[in-house]
Amino acid sequence: MVTRTAAAPPASLPPLSKRLAEKGVTPRLLLLLPAVVFALGLFVYPFLYGLGLSFTTEAGSLLGNYTEFFTDPYLRGTIWLTVRLAVPAVLIILVTAMPLALAMRGAGRGKQIITVILLFPITIGTVLLSDGLLDFLGAAGWVNRFLLDTGLIDQPLQLIHNYWGVLFAIIITDFPFVFLLLLSYASGIDPSYERAAAVFGASPRQRFLRVTLPLFAPGLAITTSLAFVLAFGTFPSALLVGEPAGSTRTMGVAAYSEAFQQFDYPMASTVAMLMAGVELLVIVVILGLRNRLVPTLSSGRKG
Amino acid sequence: MADQLEGSARTDPPVADKPDDGDRQFRELRLDGVTRAFGATDALHDLSITIRGGEFVAFLGPSGSGKSTALNCLAGLLPLTAGEIWLDDRRIDTLPPEQRGFAMVFQNYALFPHLDVRRNVGFGLRMRKVPKQETNRRVEEALTLVRLSHKADSHPAQLSGGEQQRVAIARAIVCEPPLVLMDEPLSNLDAKLRLEMRTEIRRLHQDLGLTTIYVTHDQHEALSLADRIVILRNGVVEQAGTPSEVYIEPETDFVAGFLGYRNALTGNVDESHGRQTTVAVGDLRLVGKSPAAMPTGDAVVRIRPDDLMVCNGGGTGPNRIPLLIEVVEYGGREFVVEGVTPAGQRLYFMASEAPRLGDSVTVAVEPENVRVFAPTEET
Repeated sequence: MVTRTAAAPPASLPPLSKRLAEKGVTPRLLLLLPAVVFALGLFVYPFLYGLGLSFTTEAGSLLGNYTEFFTDPYLRGTIWLTVRLAVPAVLIILVTAMPLALAMRGAGRGKQIITVILLFPITIGTVLLSDGLLDFLGAAGWVNRFLLDTGLIDQPLQLIHNYWGVLFAIIITDFPFVFLLLLSYASGIDPSYERAAAVFGASPRQRFLRVTLPLFAPGLAITTSLAFVLAFGTFPSALLVGEPAGSTRTMGVAAYSEAFQQFDYPMASTVAMLMAGVELLVIVVILGLRNRLVPTLSSGRKG
Repeated sequence: MADQLEGSARTDPPVADKPDDGDRQFRELRLDGVTRAFGATDALHDLSITIRGGEFVAFLGPSGSGKSTALNCLAGLLPLTAGEIWLDDRRIDTLPPEQRGFAMVFQNYALFPHLDVRRNVGFGLRMRKVPKQETNRRVEEALTLVRLSHKADSHPAQLSGGEQQRVAIARAIVCEPPLVLMDEPLSNLDAKLRLEMRTEIRRLHQDLGLTTIYVTHDQHEALSLADRIVILRNGVVEQAGTPSEVYIEPETDFVAGFLGYRNALTGNVDESHGRQTTVAVGDLRLVGKSPAAMPTGDAVVRIRPDDLMVCNGGGTGPNRIPLLIEVVEYGGREFVVEGVTPAGQRLYFMASEAPRLGDSVTVAVEPENVRVFAPTEET
C-alpha cells in the first residue's frame, strides 16, 4: 500500500532507511500486511462492489435504482419502519443500561455474577432467542397466561408477529452489549469528581448533569452509535418474531427479499447502501450532540 | 549544634489577628464521639474535639490512622457509625455533603477534567446560585490570589502538578467556606514545590482566616502550618496540642517517634522519681524525662539524632553511649551517622565531621533531652 519512490538521496542526507525509520516506516510495518489484505478482501472490496452494483440498471441510468427506491412507497417505507424500531429500542436500552452501569462500577463480587447473567442473551443467539420469545410472549405463553390469570386482561395480548415482538427481541439481544460497553466507560470515571462536586454544593441531580454525564458523554456517544447500528440492521428477529410483510419490514428484510426472492441484486445493493447511509447520518447526529453537550472536551489538548 | 539544642524547641509563632468575618465564621465546630467502622474494625474511634472558628488544625498520623476517615466524615462523604458533629448549635452530621457548605482540597485534586480553570474555580459558587457577575469577580480574585490568572482558560490536563494544586486551593477558598478540608494536598508534589505550597497555604490562612482542617502524614507540614495538631493512631487520638506542645512534650512513645525522636532504645525501668526515670538498656543506664513516674517494666528511651553529641575522651557526665560506626550519610551541613550500641541497638546522630566506618565513638545526651515512655502496644 505504501509505495515508496526510491529516488537516490543526495550524499549529504542520512540513508533512506534511517529517514523513513524516523517517520515510523520500518520493516515491522510488514506485519500489518495480513490485516490489510484481510480488510481489503472482506470489507473494502465487497463494499465497493455493492456500491458499483447499486448504480447498475437495465435502462442504464446511474441513479435508476435510487429513484425507484424513493418512488416506490413499499420500499421507501422501510426506512421509517426500521427507524421506528431501532430508535425506541436504543432509547429503552440506554435508559435501563446507563443507571445500571453507573451503579455497578466499583461494585465488588456481585458485579461479576450480574454481568454473567446479563451477558447470557448474547450467548444463546438470535434464532434460539426468537424461538423462546414465541413461547414466552405467544398467545398461550407465560406472559399472557399470567396476565389472564391475574385478571388484568380478558383477551391475550398480541405480542409476537408484530412490532412488539421485534422490539423485545432487539432489546434483549442488544442490551448486554450496550451494558458491557457502558460499564467499562463508567468504571473509567473517577468517583472523586462526584465527591468533589458534592462537597462544593452540587445536588445529586446537578452532580449527574454537570459532572457525571459530561464525563460519560464520549463513551455514551460511541455506545449509542454502535447500538443503533446493531438495532438498525436487525434481520433474523424481524423475520422470526415479526411481521416481515408489514409492520416489521425493515431495510434488512427488504434487501433480503430483493436479493433472494426477486433476484434483483442491484436493488438489494441499493437498499444496503441506503441502510449504511442512514446509519452514518445518525452517527453524525449522535457525535454532533456529544460535542454540543461537552464542547470543552474535544478542545482540551495537552501542552 | 549548641544553638540547635537550645533553639530546636521554640514555642509557637505568634498568631496573627484573624480578620473579622461576621456571620460566615462559626464560633466552634464540635466533634462528639465521632466513630466510623468499616466491617468489624473502627477506622475512627470516639473522636471528640472542639475546633474554634479561624483555627488551623492538622490531623497527623500514618496511613490507616483514621485521619482521612475523620476528614471524609466531616465533609459528609462518609456517614458516621456513631457520634455527632455540631457547628455552633446546628447539627451537621445528618446533612448530605452539598448542604454543609464546606470546601475541600483533595489529594488527587479532583479537578473537573471537562471544565477549564475558570469554571473549575467557579463551580462551588455556581452550584450555590451566586449571581454570575459576582462569581466572575470572585473567581478572578481567587485566581489572582494563587497567581494563576493567566491560566484561567486552560484545562486541568494542561497544567503542571503545582498549578493543579493551586487551582484546587482556589476552588476551595473562592466559596469563603466556614470550613476548608485539606486531604494531604501536598503529597503528590515534588520536594521543592511542596515547600513553596506549604508557605502558600500558611499565607492564605493568615490572610483569609478560613478555618482549616489539614490531614497529613508529614510532621513538618503539621508543625509548620497548624495552630493545633491532633495526632491519630489506629483511629484513636494519641495527643492533641499546639505544635510546640506536641513537639517538646510528646506524651507517648508513638507521638515521640512521629515527631522526630528517631532513636528508640528498649530497656527496663530501673528507678523512677517524679518525672525523672532511669532505664537500663543492656549495660547502659540512661536518665531521662517520662510523662509521669513509671512502674518497673519495659520502657522505650527516645532521643532526637540532633541531641546526641560526640564526646570522645572528655567528660564523665550521664548518658554516655559507646557506638560502633556502621553507616555514614552525607547530609549537607552535617553527616547522618548510624552506629550500633554494644547491645546491638541502632542509633542515629549528626556529626560535623564524618567518622570512619568501624570506628568506636562515644556519644552523650543531656537528660533534659531524653524521653522515656511505656512501649507502644503493637496492634
